[in-house]
Amino acid sequence: MKWLGDGTVDRLRANMQVPDLSGTRYRAIRYVAGGGMAAIWLAEDTVLQRNVALKVLDADDSPELASRLLREAHILAALEHPGIVPVHDAGTLQDGRVFYCMKYVEGQRLDEFLPSVPSLVERVRLMLRITEPVAFAHARGIIHRDLKPENVMIGPFGEVLVMDWGLGKLLSDRSTQLAAASLDADEQQRSPGATAPGSTNHGSVLGTPGYMAPEQLRGDVARMDQRTDIYGLGAILSVMLCSPAEGRVTRGHRPVGAIRAKAMHPDPDLRYGTVEALTADLANYLADSAVSAYSESYLERLARLFHRHRTAVILIAAYLVMRLLFILFSRP
Amino acid sequence: MNKVMIGIILGAILGALDGMTAWFTPAVRAGIVGIVFGSTLKGVIAGVLIGVFARKVHSLALGIVFGLSVGLVLAFIIAQLQHGYYFQIMLPGGMVGLIVGYATQKYGRSPQLPNAASVR
Repeated sequence: MKWLGDGTVDRLRANMQVPDLSGTRYRAIRYVAGGGMAAIWLAEDTVLQRNVALKVLDADDSPELASRLLREAHILAALEHPGIVPVHDAGTLQDGRVFYCMKYVEGQRLDEFLPSVPSLVERVRLMLRITEPVAFAHARGIIHRDLKPENVMIGPFGEVLVMDWGLGKLLSDRSTQLAAASLDADEQQRSPGATAPGSTNHGSVLGTPGYMAPEQLRGDVARMDQRTDIYGLGAILSVMLCSPAEGRVTRGHRPVGAIRAKAMHPDPDLRYGTVEALTADLANYLADSAVSAYSESYLERLARLFHRHRTAVILIAAYLVMRLLFILFSRP
Repeated sequence: MNKVMIGIILGAILGALDGMTAWFTPAVRAGIVGIVFGSTLKGVIAGVLIGVFARKVHSLALGIVFGLSVGLVLAFIIAQLQHGYYFQIMLPGGMVGLIVGYATQKYGRSPQLPNAASVR
């Protein structure tokens, strides 16, 4: 008997994962990425003759994951926002795998993009744009539950998109919430193993270690609400503050460090109550205004006010100095 | 605060301050009240002109240039009436105009657009 080589097995496995797109309007072009339960394929929409992205459930996955993928498609369809990828179509392929079709976004993931943004101010501006679609989703009663730099895309024209709503959940519907809770609990019992940092953990507590709020880590679904996403946003801000280009939070950047700390507070009650409150603090930081998360000393307040009105202060000081010089030199 | 009001208040304060420094020039100390009054009036006039300009033109650079010009022109007129002290009058006058020009553009609030519902 002849054994197959590792390369051959990998090739066979890859071929198995190629979605059977016969009978659909799509033609697979290439594999783009894979997640915990599904793969993303670049495909051509042969009717409209444009490239699209197909998210196709892995071949050997369960009905629960199939319904989760469809739920993700429903959530995306409910969220029409420039910061959220639009979904065009959803269905089941000939091979029985569930898929949905969305806009193909060319760009960079936030973690790859960050080194090209050395300024903290620019990073905070970027953070503000990340909060917009999240706030929009919250206003629609949907939470993301898997916010991390890998799930944020920066498009070629600087557009910011929050991706992967696979763990998204409707907050307004208590029955959905309870169903999700029981599903999460079942999965937790079935497979309590840990996953590699950065990859979404399916089959146990849902989310990504390192970006999950404590209540999410505990699987405390009853306490999960928009503040769980605020923790995720805080974790993204943390990456922005600590990545190599910026070094560390310096003295002048303490307020933004305090914003991060408040967003990532272990107790949800002590976090920002809404994304809008977090956004307001970030905007205040950019405008050199007082930040609610940080109680500044008088000296810091003075420095901030000087920084905010420095041109006016310099002009008035120049005027006073000029006046003083006139007085000194006009004396007989 | 609206742009014209900022111009008037700042022009009046800086104009008055400008006039009060005349006290340090013994030759003109006797007429200090008239100088302070005239200087304040000059500041208010400059403030109104610069404030109205700021309402029409939303540009920091143009606001500063206009403020400086108005300050210099008004100070030149005063200096002409005084028959001298051009440098001592025009330099501070120009600076007051420049500061008011900057402040009206930077801190003044533009008038609100009419509510869409009320536009027919």
